[in-house]
Amino acid sequence: MASLVGSRVERKEDKRLLTGKGRYTADINISNQTYAVFVRSPHARAKIKKIDISKALKAMGVVEILTGAEIATDKIGGLIAGWAIRSEDGSEMKVPANPPLAKDSVNFVGEPIAVVFAESLDEAKAAADLVNVDYKVLKGVINTAEAMKGETIHDGIEKNLCYDWLLGDRKAVEEAFAKADKIIKVDLINNRCIPNAMEPRACVVDYNTASEEITLYTTSQNPHLSRLIMSAFGGVAPENKLRVVAPDVGGGFGSKINVYNEEIVCSWASKKIERPIKWVAERTESFLTDTHGRDHVTHAELAVTNEGKFLAFKNETIANLGAYARVFGTVTPTYLFGPCATGVYIIPAAYTNVKAVYTNTAPVDAYRGAGRPEATYTIERLVEKAAMELGIDRTEIRMKNFPTEFPFKQTLVHTVDSGDYVAGLQKAKQMSDYAGFDARRKKSEANGKLRGIGVSSYFEACGIAPSAVVMSLGCGVGLWESSEVRFNPTGQVSVFTGAHSHGQGHDTTFAQIAADELGVGLEAVDVVHGDTDKGTFGMGTYGSRSLAVGGIAIVNACRKIVAKGKRVAAKMLEVSEDEIDFKDGEFIVSKSNKKKTIGEVAFACYLPGSRDSDFKSPLPEGEEPGLIESSFFDPANFSFPAGSHIAEVEIDPETGEVKVEKYTAVDDFGRIVNPLVVEGQVHGGIAQGIGQALHENTVYDETGQLITASYMDYTMPRADNFPDFNLGFTCTHATSNPLGVKGCGEAGAIASPPTIMNAVIDALGGQEITMPATAEKVWKACKVLKKKNAKAA
Amino acid sequence: MTKVNLEVNGKKVSKDVPDHTILSIFLRDNLNLNGTHVGCDTSQCGACVVHVNGKSIKSCSTLAADINGSKVTTIEGLVSDGKMHPMQEAFKKMHGLQCGFCTPGMVMSAIDLLKNKKDPSDTEIREWLEGNICRCTGYQNIVAAVKEAASKM
Repeated sequence: MASLVGSRVERKEDKRLLTGKGRYTADINISNQTYAVFVRSPHARAKIKKIDISKALKAMGVVEILTGAEIATDKIGGLIAGWAIRSEDGSEMKVPANPPLAKDSVNFVGEPIAVVFAESLDEAKAAADLVNVDYKVLKGVINTAEAMKGETIHDGIEKNLCYDWLLGDRKAVEEAFAKADKIIKVDLINNRCIPNAMEPRACVVDYNTASEEITLYTTSQNPHLSRLIMSAFGGVAPENKLRVVAPDVGGGFGSKINVYNEEIVCSWASKKIERPIKWVAERTESFLTDTHGRDHVTHAELAVTNEGKFLAFKNETIANLGAYARVFGTVTPTYLFGPCATGVYIIPAAYTNVKAVYTNTAPVDAYRGAGRPEATYTIERLVEKAAMELGIDRTEIRMKNFPTEFPFKQTLVHTVDSGDYVAGLQKAKQMSDYAGFDARRKKSEANGKLRGIGVSSYFEACGIAPSAVVMSLGCGVGLWESSEVRFNPTGQVSVFTGAHSHGQGHDTTFAQIAADELGVGLEAVDVVHGDTDKGTFGMGTYGSRSLAVGGIAIVNACRKIVAKGKRVAAKMLEVSEDEIDFKDGEFIVSKSNKKKTIGEVAFACYLPGSRDSDFKSPLPEGEEPGLIESSFFDPANFSFPAGSHIAEVEIDPETGEVKVEKYTAVDDFGRIVNPLVVEGQVHGGIAQGIGQALHENTVYDETGQLITASYMDYTMPRADNFPDFNLGFTCTHATSNPLGVKGCGEAGAIASPPTIMNAVIDALGGQEITMPATAEKVWKACKVLKKKNAKAA
Repeated sequence: MTKVNLEVNGKKVSKDVPDHTILSIFLRDNLNLNGTHVGCDTSQCGACVVHVNGKSIKSCSTLAADINGSKVTTIEGLVSDGKMHPMQEAFKKMHGLQCGFCTPGMVMSAIDLLKNKKDPSDTEIREWLEGNICRCTGYQNIVAAVKEAASKM
């Protein structure tokens, strides 16, 4: 039987999604449902003096209006930060309360204050307009770099500082800097991005008055985690009375990790009004209130020798958390950022210091890559600049500092189990025709264009788990993953996973894994996810963890099935267990033609009826009937994908337009389960990273109004912004899991911003420019370059 | 209220709806055709594209009453005799979708492109699909799917 793992299997989920039969949260309607519309703050920072709902309550169709006062009375808890980070001085991070409906003060435009439930959406909207809120408007703190100098947003949190965190050894770094031939410096802004999953957030809640159970249909990447948080911290309902279903979810990219205000409020309110509730975000609500990503201001330095050896690295970053600390908000700019900031290099001394600040802007949390794109941007801008200033080829300087022996103890935290960074960069050079660049540049110049080339080499720590590690770093819960595999009596297999697919294709890739392990056909396997009433607990999908953690739980559960099957087959075939081999779905007695298929064994496990008077159970003594096994997998380490990307851009100096001419990506994801799916993940990641580098910018004005709050203003990358990406792979197996897999969901978004920016800056003759490199900025830079060149001539 | 008469996916429908009912809402809320998605409020994302009298339009910026008497085809109407349309098949074969949310609009736009141009170049495909936003795929496999479909249609 040919292995399914490694094959380009077309996706099982596609037919339903392609024929309009996908079922997203907004597609769900429940008889007698009411429609929710939230009253939101129009101010970035204000005290709430009074909320007058009297007029709105009398409006047509209104069922109920609830505010923060009722939330407080019912003791419904707020939104939480999932990771506790300590400052360099040992003090705990400072976290403000974040109630689901603001009661006394508001801290960003869009923060919900009250909610209207009405018989129709139009009536709910009309009534929401009649809710009269009296505010005392205060001066907001908006700018990341200036946040520590602004007025105190949250009582008791001085300088708006959540923590002042250090990873590394300042003294060792300063000593190394003192001995350096040269110090390379960069000042960087990692622009705030808005994740923009195409499906806006939504929730539909049904309260069953008989069982007192709440069912929440929601747009979540992690339904079990949502239930846990809503139950343990929100106090909405005990876990056994709260069912969370995340059906088809239209993209997440980190923005659907958090439990949001609307989900807590609608779940709580459904019980209160004893009616189903439907809420669907308008796109502008998504812009205002989905968690945003990135938003760092960084000063970093690299100490080097004249020969291009790296000696030490320092990184001083201010990270904007927005108004509140959310689930991954505090860990994203620390442990997901700092350790990766030294990149794929041997750097003997390093430190990263992060000051995380609160501002009157939307909360910032994980966004595809979460911390690792910011880390890679920092080191790869430095390395490219070092190559330029030292006059060493950009690929040569990287190779000079790559580790060549694995496991590689990286400077700050990680022990990277496997990799071959040299092979990756060599392959990228060859695939991109690196050697032919000068000729292409001359050709562009002849056409009046500027051409640049950029390289970025990265590694990332993903497969977000090992509980022992994440809990020691401050995570509030262990990050394993679970699976249950049910071999049904008639031969089909149901695979339950705690991971969640919102585009990743788990229905297919997880089925490939299970089918291979059990020796059954792909069509016999169904993957079930996204419903807390089905399957065991799970931590969900983010941090490229589905396969490297969740997939392995499936492997382990399947192996338990085979182990039991072997015991049963031995009894059925009247041989000892060690005489049996399992291959391609058959239990075979060694050196004989006696065998049982796994389907026959499964059927026997369920003790099918027999009128035989001397019925002998096929089960060995002490063996329970049934063929269902589960596994909770907690790996020993993160997984460490790595690679090198090379881009070429062409700039039209007359317009400032940057065109991505060539993009080559060579990645090492370990063993690949489905190349078709993996390539899709890489394409999407690269596109998001290019979006950040060239197009996307989140603009708040000085009063905290989000200027880029629709697709008319926020530049989403479109089909004509990209060339075809040229993908290649190298492969070193991860040693921390039995499949040797690493994770591929975020790599593209991690590697591509520095690759593109290095190319843009190269085209501009080394002139620094901040992301996004919009036509306006580039056009201005071209003018400067022209003047400089004229002077030189 | 207005009476709206349409032929949707080959079936005649007649509904009394508020005058301001837009076509996307008419399809979703009145006909339960949830394959047509709504991803924005500014006619930018294209998740709501359907065909009206054979041409692709954004159903979020069309009043249902304005197209009274028209023939409408939605993503649900592409399957015939249980078989997917070649464009749907091509999206599956080339992995032209991930989360599937933009997909119905993308497929409907792409079919209209091939009506206008049998064998479009990469650039023509990318420019035509400029009104459909996808956040998952980076568009590459969508372009490949349209080319694949063009070779089959």
